[in-house]
Amino acid sequence: MKPIYLDHAATSPMHPDVIQAMIPVMEGTFGNPSSVHAFGREARHIVDVARDKVAASIGATDKQIIFTSGGTEADNMALIGVANACREQGKHIITTAIEHHATLHAANYLESQGFEVTYLPADESGAIKLADLQTALRPDTVLVSVMMINNETGVMQPIQAIGDLLQSHPAYFHTDAVQAYGTEEIDVNALGVDLLSVSAHKINGPKGIGALYLADGVRIKPITYGGEQERKRRAGTENVASIAGFGKAAELAMQKRTERKAAYQLLQDTFISELTIAGIDFSINGESGQRSAGIVNISFPGTNVESLLMNFDLSGVTVSSGSACTAGSVDPSHVLKTMYGDDERVTNSIRFSFGYGNTAESVAEAAQTVAVIIKRLTKGKE
Amino acid sequence: MKENKDIRVVVGMSGGVDSSVAALLLKQQGYDVVGIFMKNWDDTDENGFCTATEDYEDVKKVANQIGIPYYGVNFEKQYWDKVFTYFLDEYKAGRTPNPDVMCNKEIKFKAFMDHAMSLGADYLATGHYAQVVERDGKTVMLRGLDENKDQTYFLNQLTESTLSKVMFPLGGMDKKEVRRIAAENNLATATKKDSTGICFIGERNFKSFLSEYLPAQPGVMSTLDGVVKGKHDGLMYYTIGQRQGLGIGGEGEPWFVVGKNLKENILYVEQGFNHDSLYSDALIATDMSWVSETELSEPITVTAKFRYRQKDSKVTVTPIGDNKVRVDFHEPQRAITPGQAVVFYDGDVCLGGGTIDDIIKNEQQLEYVG
Repeated sequence: MKPIYLDHAATSPMHPDVIQAMIPVMEGTFGNPSSVHAFGREARHIVDVARDKVAASIGATDKQIIFTSGGTEADNMALIGVANACREQGKHIITTAIEHHATLHAANYLESQGFEVTYLPADESGAIKLADLQTALRPDTVLVSVMMINNETGVMQPIQAIGDLLQSHPAYFHTDAVQAYGTEEIDVNALGVDLLSVSAHKINGPKGIGALYLADGVRIKPITYGGEQERKRRAGTENVASIAGFGKAAELAMQKRTERKAAYQLLQDTFISELTIAGIDFSINGESGQRSAGIVNISFPGTNVESLLMNFDLSGVTVSSGSACTAGSVDPSHVLKTMYGDDERVTNSIRFSFGYGNTAESVAEAAQTVAVIIKRLTKGKE
Repeated sequence: MKENKDIRVVVGMSGGVDSSVAALLLKQQGYDVVGIFMKNWDDTDENGFCTATEDYEDVKKVANQIGIPYYGVNFEKQYWDKVFTYFLDEYKAGRTPNPDVMCNKEIKFKAFMDHAMSLGADYLATGHYAQVVERDGKTVMLRGLDENKDQTYFLNQLTESTLSKVMFPLGGMDKKEVRRIAAENNLATATKKDSTGICFIGERNFKSFLSEYLPAQPGVMSTLDGVVKGKHDGLMYYTIGQRQGLGIGGEGEPWFVVGKNLKENILYVEQGFNHDSLYSDALIATDMSWVSETELSEPITVTAKFRYRQKDSKVTVTPIGDNKVRVDFHEPQRAITPGQAVVFYDGDVCLGGGTIDDIIKNEQQLEYVG
C-alpha cells in the first residue's frame, strides 16, 4: 500500500498556501529586518504582518509575541528566562511529569542551578489533578508550567482551572500549547496564562520557527545574547521566510480550527472503529481523560513497541511511540510510565496522530494493516 | 521460486565498513533489504559521547545512501544477561572467555534473528567473513575466502537450522575488495577504522575496564617450582602464553604466563617462548555444537583452531558424552587456554566447536593451567 502518514504530532506537512507565502520572501526579500534602509524595512514589514497573525491566532497583541526557533526554544525561554528573572522572589517551580522534554529537561537544568522543581503526576486518565497543584503551591513558587494537550496521549490538561486558581497566587503560569495550537481555540486572556509556547511545524507551517507569548509586565531574562531583536528578548537575525510561513499557517489554523477538529475526530473515530471491527485486542491510553481530536495512543497487549514501529513502517503505516530514541532504542515513554507505572502498556503502545492530507479511506486502510500485523505478532501468544 | 525483490533480508548493520558493504551488495542484488542497528552496550561518558550513538549515525547515513529503511533495536539487557555475565563469570573462574562467540550464539543469531523474523524477514545477513552453501542437500558453513579475515572461529556455535536462514555476502571476498567497493560507492564508512578488541571495551584499557566490574586481588608471581619472580595485579588480567606486562626483566629469554593457581592466587611464569610447561597434547571441550546438528558417534581426525587467526592443527576428536569431546593433538600445542573456543574443520568446512575446559599432558590434567 501507499505509505500513510499518521505521525502529525511529530511534524506535519506544509500547507500549499504556506509554501506560496514563503516563496516570494525567499526569492525577493533578503533584507535584514534590523537594517536602516529600504531592504531592511521590506523584511521588517513581512515580520510585522506575520507577528500580527500569530498574535491574533491566540488572542494576543503583536508586542506580546517573541519569535523563537521553535517550541523547544520557547519552552526553554519560558522556564529558564522566568526563573532567572525571579530568583530573588523564590526558587520553586511546579511542572508536570508528563511535559515534553523541552520543558522537563529545562526544569532538570534549573534544578542543577539551585531551583527546586515539583513534578505533578498524572493518573490513568492522563491528566494532572488540580488538588495536587494546590498542595504543591508555596509562597516561593515563581512559575507553574503545564502543557495544554499532551503530545503522546492527546489528553487535555485543566489549563482554564489552573489559570483560575493562579489568579490568587503571584506565580507566573506558562503553558506549552504546541499540540493544542492546530485544533483548539486559544485565548490567552480567557485562559489566564502569562506565557504560552507555540510552534509552526505542528500546524502545517515550516520547521525551525515558533513563538513565545509573553503577557504584559512578565519579568523574563533572555537566554541568548547578541543583537536587540525581538525587543531585546531574543537575539539573532530573524528567520524572515519561515516567519512569513508561520504567519500564514497561524492564519489558516485560526480560520479552520473548528473544521479541522471535526475532521480529525472523524479520522480518529474511523481508525478506532476499524480496529474494533477487525477484532484485535487493544485499549486506548488515557481513555477516561478528555482527549484531543488529532492524537490517540493505543496499547496492543502481547506486543512490543520496537517490533510494532518497524512492522508498521515496513507496511506503510508511519507512526511513532511516545518518546524519541537514542541510538535506535526506544526508551519507555515517561508519560505512560507516570500514568501506568510498570504496566506492560509502557512497552506496547503506539501513538497515531491525524492531520492534513489524511482521508477516512486511507485511515481505514491503515487500521486494517495494523490489525493484520497485530494478529500476526500475537498469534500463538496468550 | 521467489524473486529477489520478494525476499526480505534484514542486515545487521554495526556502522562499520563490512556490514555497510554487505547491505549494499544485497540491495544491488535486488533483495528487499532492511538495515537494523543493534545496541548492546552503553558507554556514554561524561561529555555525552556514546560509541553506539556515533555508530548508529553512520548506519543512518549509509542506509540512506544505499536507499534502504533502517531501524535501531536495543538488546542491552539480553547482552548483559547472556554475554556479559558469562564474560565476568569466566574471568572470576580464572579463564579467558570469548564474548564474541557467545554474542553470536545468544544475541546476533538468536535474539536479533528472532526480531528479524518478526519483521517478516526470510534471511538475516551480517558482514561476517564466512560462507554458507548447500552441499548434498545440507547447509554447511565454509571459511571466508579471505583467510586472513575468516570469522568462522567466532561463528562455531551456529547450526544448520540457523545457517539456512543466514546470508554472509562478504564470505567470498577479501577485505581489500570490500574497502574498494565502499570507496567506489562513496559509502560514509568507506575509510572508517575497523573495530578492534572486544566490542564493549573498544579502545579502552582492558585492565581498568575489568577492574570496574571485578575486584582485583594482587598476589605473587612465581615459577612452577615456587621461585618468586614478582607480584601480579590480579589473575584475571593475565592469559596463558602472555608475555607483555609481567614486569620481569633481567638476563636471558623473556618470561611467559604458563598457568594460574586460583586457590592460592599465584600466577605461574616460566622463561622462554618454548618452555615445556606451555605445551600440552590434548584437551577436553565442553558445550560442543556441531553445525550438522548430529552428535559425534566415533572418533574423527580433522583440523582445529584453538585461537582466532591461528593456523589449523591436526587433531583427533573423540566423543566422551555429556556434550563433551576429547581432542588429541597430533603435535603438541602451545598455550592452549581454558575458556577459549576450539573449532573444528574438514578442509574448508567448519564443523562446529566447543569451549576449552581441561588441558591434558602425558595423560595428566594440567592443574596449573586452571
